[in-house]
Amino acid sequence: MSSIPMIEQTAGKGAARAAARRRKGGNGRAGFGGARRPGFLTYGFLGAVLLASVFPLYWSFLVGSHDNTVLSRGIPLLPGGNFLANAAKVFDSIPFWKAMGNSLIVSGVTAASVVVFSTLAGFAFAKLRFRGNKALLVFVIATMAVPTQLGVVPLFIVMSKLGWTGSLWAVIIPGLVTAFGVFWMTQYLRDALPDELIEAVRMDGASMIQAFWHVGFPAARPAAAMLALFTFVATWTNFFWPFIVLDPSNPTLPVALQLLQAAHFVDYSVVLAGAVLATVPLLLLFIAAGRQLVSGIMQGAVKG
Amino acid sequence: MAVTDRVITPPAGRSPNAGNDGKNVRRLALSRRVSKWDVKLSPYLYISPFFLLFAVTGLFPLAYSAWVSLHNWNLIGGQGKFAGLDNYAFVVAQPYFWNAVGNTFSIFVLSSVPQVFLALVIAAVLDANLRARTFWRMGVLVPFVVAPVAVGLIFNNLFADQFGLINEMLKAVGLDPVRWHSDSLASHAAIATMVNFRWTGYNALIFLAAMQAIPRDVFEAATIDGAGRLRQFFSVTVPMLRPTAIFVVITSTIGGLQIFDEPRVFDQSGLGGADRQWQTLTMYIWELGWGQRNFGRASAVAWLLFLIIVLIALLNFVITKRIASQGGRK
Repeated sequence: MSSIPMIEQTAGKGAARAAARRRKGGNGRAGFGGARRPGFLTYGFLGAVLLASVFPLYWSFLVGSHDNTVLSRGIPLLPGGNFLANAAKVFDSIPFWKAMGNSLIVSGVTAASVVVFSTLAGFAFAKLRFRGNKALLVFVIATMAVPTQLGVVPLFIVMSKLGWTGSLWAVIIPGLVTAFGVFWMTQYLRDALPDELIEAVRMDGASMIQAFWHVGFPAARPAAAMLALFTFVATWTNFFWPFIVLDPSNPTLPVALQLLQAAHFVDYSVVLAGAVLATVPLLLLFIAAGRQLVSGIMQGAVKG
Repeated sequence: MAVTDRVITPPAGRSPNAGNDGKNVRRLALSRRVSKWDVKLSPYLYISPFFLLFAVTGLFPLAYSAWVSLHNWNLIGGQGKFAGLDNYAFVVAQPYFWNAVGNTFSIFVLSSVPQVFLALVIAAVLDANLRARTFWRMGVLVPFVVAPVAVGLIFNNLFADQFGLINEMLKAVGLDPVRWHSDSLASHAAIATMVNFRWTGYNALIFLAAMQAIPRDVFEAATIDGAGRLRQFFSVTVPMLRPTAIFVVITSTIGGLQIFDEPRVFDQSGLGGADRQWQTLTMYIWELGWGQRNFGRASAVAWLLFLIIVLIALLNFVITKRIASQGGRK
């Protein structure tokens, strides 16, 4: 599929070169802001962007920490003391902890499975020669353009025939593999794993699967970490399919949030407290591993 | 190893022992044959989990969905009579369908156009010689980890018709409050804002990566030619981002035309407002399939949506390519 640009060049190289320039004091052009250290305007603009990124989250905490009359009394500036009371209402009206557990299970299993299967397939596509290699890879990439809506009705029919509607299996099974994952790992391994390395371990008598395990998988680790993070976030935030196939008694977090809104439509303090509670786990993950997510997104961007 | 051994013991299993020759040759031949099969079969073995699972959860549903769309099909009763293109004909004759098409396009245009431009500007600024670079990059990515449903709930409150922060601010500067939940265009703008909130930073990072991959000598040459910074941005950076721009535009098209989560939680009913002012195509699929329990019609709309996505993606591809290459020739 030629519509997806594939620049066979790593972001790392460009970034490293730019970084080296910058360290030297920047003889060359180091970006739009020029070689000089950027001034007040640049930081002001970025500060505004950062504020816009974080403000809605702060706002939901702000409203979530007051009672529901707060907005009719004017715009609050500081958090109130009502967050725990609102949180208690959240726990009373939806199976919050169950939803949290479900989201952890679904996202964790999905991320692990996507990483394992994508790395296996990516290793084969990038490094092994076999009939149909190119055609099959093109096919995989082409499927990325197919919208999820197209599969939703038949998937639902299949799941209800299997008796899986309402269970986590119905959410986990369709997420076990992704075309994006295979494409991502193929692109990465093509550059990151030298053919000579595979040949060397093969000469030493390693079987194919040993070559994969001892050389392929270790080489794939940075990309695998990124893919795991990305898949985890995507699964955690996914709504449409879980909303359709899960029961209100056994939801994932986004589904539970939607239920919360249906139950407390007028009490936005409770609803927004719920939004905060559901977002905190991913924010913690982001603080711990966001650096990797950023560099992964930037690397993937240039490759495809 | 015993010292009394007359024959020097070879390293495990390699060179043949006296008297064991025939056996070893056979074993060697066997292992070579095994290895040959190993090489031949392994690739297929490694890609097969993906293709097996994908066939079951991806390909089969596609084919099945076409089948369903050609039948009367009920959530409770299951498959009914063959209906040919009746479902398509019925759907296309529905005003709600065209309303959903219009809303989807309106929200899509309001979100993707400003998003791509803003992302480009943010990327350009992030490309500057910044202190605490990683901090700024992580900062713009924060919205990406907030679930669209949570984003929807938060902005639903910010855009509340009464006591909403946005309207209070409008009032404070002397403007009339906007009826975000009843005016069609206003609701589209509010929903587009949610989409932009979540995706602009992500796309900015993608643009940033592409900018950093541009060879720096190109800019040096432009500087020597006397091009200022703005001129360089428009005449060098933007044209050289063409492949990335196409990628961003196409992915945001595919995502934007499927939008469901944010408009779904923008009110309580989930039908997109009292007059379906913001009902999107995916919401319409949901209404047909799980509200009216008509899977045949829901599948028909899903296929129409797919056609629209393919058409728009192609159109985008052509337009972006043309615009970008014109910029390059200037």
